[in-house]
Amino acid sequence: MANRTTPHSAAGRPPAAGRPPRLESIVLSTAARYLLPLLLLISLFILFRGHNHPGGGFVGGLVAASGFALYALAYGAMGAQQALRIAPRNLMAFGLLLAAGSALLSLAFGVAFMQGVYSKIELPAIGKLSTPLMFDIGVYLVVLGVVLNIVFTFFEDQQD
Amino acid sequence: MDLLLVSLAGFLLAAVAPALTRLSGRYAGWLASLVPFALFGYLASFVPAIAAGETIVRQITWVPAFGINLTFYLDGLALLMALLVTGIGGLIYIYAQGYLDDDETFGRFLLYLSLFMAAMVGLVLSGNLITLFIFWEITSISSYLLIGYKDKYADSRNAAQQALLITASGGLVLLAGLIVLGSMGGSFDLPTLLGGPALADHPLYAIAFWCVLAGALTKSAQVPFHTWLPGAMAAPTPVSAYLHSATMVKAGVYLLARLSPLLAGSDLWLYAVSGFGAATMVVGALLSWQNNDLKRILAYSTVSVLGTLVMLLGIGAGNHYAVEAMVILLLAHALYKGALFMIAGALDHATGTRDIDKLGGLGRKMPWLFGAAIVAGLSKGGIPLLLGFIGKELAYEATLHAPANLIIALTALAVVSNAMVGTSAALVVIKPFLGAMRAPDPAHIHAPSLALQFGPLALGVLSLLFGLAPALLDGFGSAAANAIAVTAEPIAMHLAIWHGITTPLLLSIVTVALAAALYFARDRLLRPLQPLRGDNWGAQKWYEGALDGIVTLADLSTRTLQNGNLRVYVATILTAGVLLVGGTLLNFGLTIPIQVQFDETPLYDVLICVLIIVSAAFATRFESRLAAIAALGSVGFGVALLFMLLGAPDLAMTQFSIEVLAVVLIALIMGRLPVYVSRVSMADSTLTTFVAAGVGVLMTFLVLAATANPAESVLAPYFGEQSYLAAQGRNVVNVILVDFRGFDTLGEITVLSIAGIGVYALSKLTIGEDADGQPVDSTDGGRDG
Repeated sequence: MANRTTPHSAAGRPPAAGRPPRLESIVLSTAARYLLPLLLLISLFILFRGHNHPGGGFVGGLVAASGFALYALAYGAMGAQQALRIAPRNLMAFGLLLAAGSALLSLAFGVAFMQGVYSKIELPAIGKLSTPLMFDIGVYLVVLGVVLNIVFTFFEDQQD
Repeated sequence: MDLLLVSLAGFLLAAVAPALTRLSGRYAGWLASLVPFALFGYLASFVPAIAAGETIVRQITWVPAFGINLTFYLDGLALLMALLVTGIGGLIYIYAQGYLDDDETFGRFLLYLSLFMAAMVGLVLSGNLITLFIFWEITSISSYLLIGYKDKYADSRNAAQQALLITASGGLVLLAGLIVLGSMGGSFDLPTLLGGPALADHPLYAIAFWCVLAGALTKSAQVPFHTWLPGAMAAPTPVSAYLHSATMVKAGVYLLARLSPLLAGSDLWLYAVSGFGAATMVVGALLSWQNNDLKRILAYSTVSVLGTLVMLLGIGAGNHYAVEAMVILLLAHALYKGALFMIAGALDHATGTRDIDKLGGLGRKMPWLFGAAIVAGLSKGGIPLLLGFIGKELAYEATLHAPANLIIALTALAVVSNAMVGTSAALVVIKPFLGAMRAPDPAHIHAPSLALQFGPLALGVLSLLFGLAPALLDGFGSAAANAIAVTAEPIAMHLAIWHGITTPLLLSIVTVALAAALYFARDRLLRPLQPLRGDNWGAQKWYEGALDGIVTLADLSTRTLQNGNLRVYVATILTAGVLLVGGTLLNFGLTIPIQVQFDETPLYDVLICVLIIVSAAFATRFESRLAAIAALGSVGFGVALLFMLLGAPDLAMTQFSIEVLAVVLIALIMGRLPVYVSRVSMADSTLTTFVAAGVGVLMTFLVLAATANPAESVLAPYFGEQSYLAAQGRNVVNVILVDFRGFDTLGEITVLSIAGIGVYALSKLTIGEDADGQPVDSTDGGRDG
């Protein structure tokens, strides 16, 4: 039962050291290029509708992460990192800061820590600006950052 | 607000210390010392009011739900300690500038020092047990940072670890004690507690007493926990002078004194406190004069004096001499010991050694330092005209007024210990400064700078001033004593140098004679006494044994539970889960009616369930990883479908996303894994089957139990109603996540981030090298001293 088990060996191409592990497929790379913006849009949609309909920062972050993960499969970690522009670790830190900041912001409005503060401003597609929304955006960024941190780490490792 | 500012000023100083050092260079210590001196001046302005018997209370509500307030309480005892901490603190800042003049990270040192000072001021001014505890812990942590300041040296690191382990363990026990105490007295606020009745008859008294005592004994280096203090001499000398003689080690003494109106008066207090104190007094004194290292001599004599202070508190109930002695001795010791440590450091700085056998005749080269050493040494030896003499006379008066069955024992032990401490004082003053000129490199001895001599001289002047005119301390000392005392009428202290020919005076004469005899017999006694020293047995060995035991235990548990085989991890976690949850379920005897109705179940639900079961079965049978993962994926999607059909779209959506990501991640890892070879034996396979079956059965019963015993839910309807009204959102699930239970989510995303960083760190880790590619000593976690 020697070689039957891994995709590479099944295709007769054992993974060589130093070669980026891309799935070299025109279908995938073309699809990934169009799917990434689409998935990002959907993820934002899911994030913002979360307050009133199924969705929210956690799922939104996961969807966005799968968009980038798909892109990484096609173009490698470097390519995906270039598309993302920000390092996942910074994304993570910024998300945490935003979430904690939203909780602290309540104090500035004279209410208890983390008590929701809602503004009158209502934007199209995004909804009412509020500290819970800010918090949810923080969750979105943390989830995106953590998942991509793991994905990119594994990719880079294989390229070593 | 005023006292709050006093205790926060040090934290502010800590924040700016590194920048200050960068900007002001060699004057950083002098500049920084302005803060403690300003605090000292401000606090000193309270002396007249406090001496007149007033107490000052400031209260800021902090966590009202738990009765935790930022209460500050200033009475004689608190003020005495606060003045010592700020006054000596200022001198130490200046001294540190001279001592660490060529240190590149001096800013970091000032930061730690300021952190400590702020915490110590906060500790002594705290009027709330919990606030006190928080400051107590900060002093432990800053002490750890300061002892380990020279972090390149294994000695420093090990000493820091030992100090932290001992004081922090004691701190945990203390927390328990303080909570018990608070519940006994009905409040955590000291003014309320001290105004209430004594607690000696309370049923929980013994628990509170032992827990508080454990905290005090560890912090104040009492036998058998004294071993960390000599080790702490690895710290730079300014730290030894400040934390480990004048202030922090007195925190335990302070705590006992602070709580003695509540806890003293019982037989337990009398025998336990005075017993530990007396034992420490003798052990410390015995070890001090047998050392050759200046700092270790001083450290062990500090242990001895701390023991004396604790012993005095032990016999303090109804014995006003004991309380007075404790106050005066505490002050006298801080003054002379702080000075002696600074002198030892200055000698070390000038000559490069602290070994008394390698030093001699330095008095001519350093006349000012010698003068300060004479004054401090005479005070330590309890010679008249110095404050140490007054303290020692009072201590003898106190032991002579102890309960009848203790008088002879305590007085004899005190005389012997004081004599040995006197010998060590003589060693520190005579050996380096008198006799023939001796130093490792006599040509390169330079006279100490002003910064190094300022502190010892200032403290020496005070020792002399209070020794010549002790009546200066009458009013303030009485206020401090009355804060501690458990006596019928208020104490009115009347200090004087001459009381006529009294028993304490005779005892003093005996003490000095014994000290002189011991000094001259020292060389002949060292060798025969060698086996008695605690290097090869005693508390230090117990500590090392305990530490080795912990490492062995960790090693054992890591080898068995975390042996690197993923299958074992999963099996361990699942088995533990099944046993714990299943056991609890059986223990509570929940009735689980097995009555499931299938007639209302729609056909597609059944189909999905069948799909899940079949996929799960295949997942266990496939020999290919890819196939097994695909099968697991279809289990996941089946479950997600069920979520959706049962009306949980949020859950379903998340589950779908997770499944997609899992496939991508696994596809990534797949290339890195070795060729799959089944190494599972029949026995393993049987075991995993049992574990899997156990989990399945448990989950089935859990679900049945949960649906058969619907708990009276208050939250579900509440969240449902309030979701839109209070949180302006119609999606209850999301509102719970980001609003109602937002704090949980904040915790979860923090944990998630830490896990993410952990994955990154682990994947980048190359065993045997640190981040810079430098080899790391793999035995570094243990001790090598």
